[in-house]
Amino acid sequence: MASTAFVASPARVAPGGAGKKETPLKFAAHSKNAGKMDRFIPNRSASNLDVASYVSRESRDLEYKKQLAANLGQDGSARILAFKQKAPAPPEGLDNPMASLYTANAGPKVKKTFRAVPQQPDRILDAPDLVDDYYLNLLDWGSNNAIAVALNQTVYLWNASSGDIQELMLVQGDDYITSLSWAADGKHVAVGASNSLTQIWDAERCKPIRNLNGHAARVSSLSWNQHILSTGGRDSLILNHDVRVREHITATLRGHEQEVCGLKWSPNGTQLASGGNDNLLMIWDAAADRPTHRITAHQAAVKALAWCPFQSNLLATGGGTADRTIKFHNTHTGALLNSIDTGSQVCSLQWNRHERELLSSHGFSQNQLCLWKYPSMAKVAELTGHTSRVLHLAQSPDGTTVVSAAADETLRFWSCFGEPAGAAASKAAKPAAAASSMMRSVNIR
Amino acid sequence: MATAQATKNQITLKGSVATVSEFFSHALSSILYQRGIYAPESFEPRKAYGLTVMAVKDDKLAAYLQAVLQQFSKWLEGGALQKVVLVVTGASSKEVLERWTFDIQTDKGVVAGSAPLPEKSEAQITQEIQAIIRQITASVTFLPLLQDTCTIDLLAYTDKENEVPLDWEESDPRYITNAADVKLRAFSTKVHNVEALVQFKTEDD
Repeated sequence: MASTAFVASPARVAPGGAGKKETPLKFAAHSKNAGKMDRFIPNRSASNLDVASYVSRESRDLEYKKQLAANLGQDGSARILAFKQKAPAPPEGLDNPMASLYTANAGPKVKKTFRAVPQQPDRILDAPDLVDDYYLNLLDWGSNNAIAVALNQTVYLWNASSGDIQELMLVQGDDYITSLSWAADGKHVAVGASNSLTQIWDAERCKPIRNLNGHAARVSSLSWNQHILSTGGRDSLILNHDVRVREHITATLRGHEQEVCGLKWSPNGTQLASGGNDNLLMIWDAAADRPTHRITAHQAAVKALAWCPFQSNLLATGGGTADRTIKFHNTHTGALLNSIDTGSQVCSLQWNRHERELLSSHGFSQNQLCLWKYPSMAKVAELTGHTSRVLHLAQSPDGTTVVSAAADETLRFWSCFGEPAGAAASKAAKPAAAASSMMRSVNIR
Repeated sequence: MATAQATKNQITLKGSVATVSEFFSHALSSILYQRGIYAPESFEPRKAYGLTVMAVKDDKLAAYLQAVLQQFSKWLEGGALQKVVLVVTGASSKEVLERWTFDIQTDKGVVAGSAPLPEKSEAQITQEIQAIIRQITASVTFLPLLQDTCTIDLLAYTDKENEVPLDWEESDPRYITNAADVKLRAFSTKVHNVEALVQFKTEDD
């Protein structure tokens, strides 16, 4: 039912006016008002006869109005009153709160913009005497939030919460530290040295627990898997040690032909990835002594190895100067999933646990850290600052900060991984939940 | 008070007026809250008719509604109030967007005091009012969203014979062009019969 405001159009109620206009000369004879006419108006075009006759006819149309009103449902006997004092105005800029409940996009639109990655490091620490050797692994960040870094012959522990520095150990003579790895409990640290010995130290008490021998040359890479410590050496052997028993060597993995510079257990502890100076990438299953996969994809030494935290059996590897690529492998099938050219030797890789991103560190010429979006492999950030190749990367236990150690003898801390998704989402959800809960409670029962 | 002692289910004029007034206060508050005309902070939940209704908490708005409802009660007692209309106008466009109409039919006999008092159980009246309040809440499903800030106006259709109180002025009916209307339920106290209707502006197709 369409209801329109009651307006009487002049055109409709002045039929007589049209007639008057047409025959001006015969006006006196035909008009009803002939007797009442008392003046001669020569030019009728100037006067708006339609309006004039409407106005003069209004009183006679009361009956018509009443009929119209009755038909429109208006009761002519009622008077319509409005309260003089107007209602208080709603506050300025009030967004109709119903909009967020009832519009098609269920809920406020969360605009997904990429977070701002700070281009400057949070902190720079001095690391004098850091050995500039591509094949060593001299940096690790433990679950106790302490960073272990080996500077030539000494291992230092830097407490990230308090900033304290503690000297853990020292090797004698011409030897130097070649690898470091924190155990999962954050209390023990494994240290490999150029004298082919691996030592396990108690970090809290700064006391050596045991010595593990077995290698014939320096121990360049270490990886923990609960109570198993895998060591890789320049003798191309990988040894699995059970640190709890006297006869600690439980397996000898032969496969590489040159120094084993990259060694990493998968997060679920079922597979071990090893990369060597012979350009080979080997995947070993936990119990086997033959490699499950022998991958020859890279053209240079494979030192950078990183298992994907959100997708099991996905491994990212980085190649050296002659290769410069990051490759992704399915470690169940051994298939190569993706390969991208980074333009510079890849020294280290770290996955972002919160977002689907990968951080890689490079050498000549930019000495940069690159943050890539996975799986699109779009470069989302490039962090420069180091003046020499960035040899090692380690990430904090909460997964927000990365520390990089470079041949320029500095350690730089980068907050490039962003807040964990849970914290950010819960912060945003809380005020929204409080606002909508009151409305939700009064909804239709 | 009525001369005879009213029995439990008998509806006196004063009682009916009180019921209808209370209904208006809750219905109008509900409409203002559900349509999002005022900020949700200006309302607080209250229990009435077995439901949780949103009542006005904000001082100015509460005072405004109070003054209007008082006048409505006076008119109702005299049997002069015929219609109550809540007009929602867009602040910027000055167009009438929604028009909530409550038609009141009064039993003139009871008002005059000549007819015997009718009987109706309180529970039944409460149920009927509850149904209307529920329908107001449910109306958001078909009413178009009010995009800009809106102002409200309360119109009253009264008998011509009464004097116009000082606070009230004559007004036009504030119809909506291109309106679609939905008839809501009615409740009756046997002395007063209130019907609800909402008209809203539809888009031109």
